[in-house]
Amino acid sequence: MSTETTKEFSWYHFASPRTFYPLAGKMIPWFAGVAVICGLIGLYIGFFVAPTDYQQGESYRIMFIHVAAAWMSMFIYVIMAIYATIYLAMNVRLADMMAGALAPTGAIFTFVALWTGALWGKPTWGTWWVWDARLTSELLLLFLYLGYLSLRGAIDDPNRAAKASALLALVGVVNVPIIYFSVKWWNTLHQGASISMTKAPTMAATMLTALILMTIAFWMYTIAVVLMRVRSDILTRERDATWVLEEIGGGK
Amino acid sequence: MLSIIRHMIWRDMLLAMRRPQDVMTSLFFFVIVVSLFPLGVSPEMEVLREIASGVIWVAALLATMLSLNRLFSVDYQDGTLEQMLIAPQPLSLLVLSKVVAHWLLTGLPLVLMAPLLGVLLGMESEAIGVMVLTLLLGTPVLSLIGSIGAALTLGVRGGGVLLSLLILPLYVPILIFGTGAVESVRADMGVEAQLSLLGAFLALALGFTPWAAAAALRISME
Repeated sequence: MSTETTKEFSWYHFASPRTFYPLAGKMIPWFAGVAVICGLIGLYIGFFVAPTDYQQGESYRIMFIHVAAAWMSMFIYVIMAIYATIYLAMNVRLADMMAGALAPTGAIFTFVALWTGALWGKPTWGTWWVWDARLTSELLLLFLYLGYLSLRGAIDDPNRAAKASALLALVGVVNVPIIYFSVKWWNTLHQGASISMTKAPTMAATMLTALILMTIAFWMYTIAVVLMRVRSDILTRERDATWVLEEIGGGK
Repeated sequence: MLSIIRHMIWRDMLLAMRRPQDVMTSLFFFVIVVSLFPLGVSPEMEVLREIASGVIWVAALLATMLSLNRLFSVDYQDGTLEQMLIAPQPLSLLVLSKVVAHWLLTGLPLVLMAPLLGVLLGMESEAIGVMVLTLLLGTPVLSLIGSIGAALTLGVRGGGVLLSLLILPLYVPILIFGTGAVESVRADMGVEAQLSLLGAFLALALGFTPWAAAAALRISME
């Protein structure tokens, strides 16, 4: 079964861990580079160029990390579920590795979003935490990530872990909108007139630029880190294959 | 089709009746958890009335979750589950029957016990009525969603705690609308919206979860 004989380009070619490993290795520096550049420019604009908010003063500047992390946390869960679907539908092992590699980063971004949210909430709302619809659903998203990671970690057989966690990711992604809307409904019922963040003032163009740059930086960082994780996962899983031994220079 | 469901339910009920302590444990757990709240929070009836529906609902979630371990594990240990997998009947149907039996053995007793606990926590009779109705609609959904988690964690080390981590976040909507209905009736508002939504959840869960749990069982038994 050698794919090298066919010259025709095929996506399946890179679905094999062996061919994906060197490709991922070549891509990581590029994504990491873009992440660092965008992150530095974004932070510079966010901290030094963007105007001071007339209501919140300087404290709003944490938004450039907070909002970008919150976006990524939700986005990654959806991508993870898409990879889980690909894995279940087509039995591509690489898709499972991608899903498994995305989960820790997603959980970290969820945590960062909650943490920076608390730091932002203290000076602006006067409290570290409110049971607001967004905060609560973000917290539940963290629980979903933790459940996924624990299930994956608890099952030793990689095949079973892959299938079970893929199914859980699908059940989770079906439930995320239901959870979000029920939390929203619950929140409007409980808190009549509390802090409303939906009526945010229109953002200055520089703020938006910084935010978009930070999101790109986080996105590229995610890709770079996920590729690294997949690479080490490939090496672990294929540790008995000859090409791995040649790759790491063991030989014997 | 119907006869196989009836036989499965009958079998599970019979097995449970031979060892009634299993069924009683989760019911006692439910009662004990609820009765800890007056000790921990406050014996004031005013305070208790405010939190009563939430306390009873959360206790019901925990009691259901604790009993989920039993759903497949006994059949898994004695090999019956393998027979179910190779049986000519669709596995999802067998799973559904097992879940129905599970609800009859754990969910229904909770529903029947709830009014008594409501009285203990000083709830108004109207609120108790609505709470029982929400539990009646909600606890089957808890068993149905839980069956997916029970199937996924079958035979996994640390399965019990893991199961709670997987399942409890998914229980949130049921909890919200279950307690929301009770609060609505206490505020003299209609409860149709919450009851309809709980009914919708039940209909959806009846359609999808047996199928997902059957897929999870096949993964776990490979």
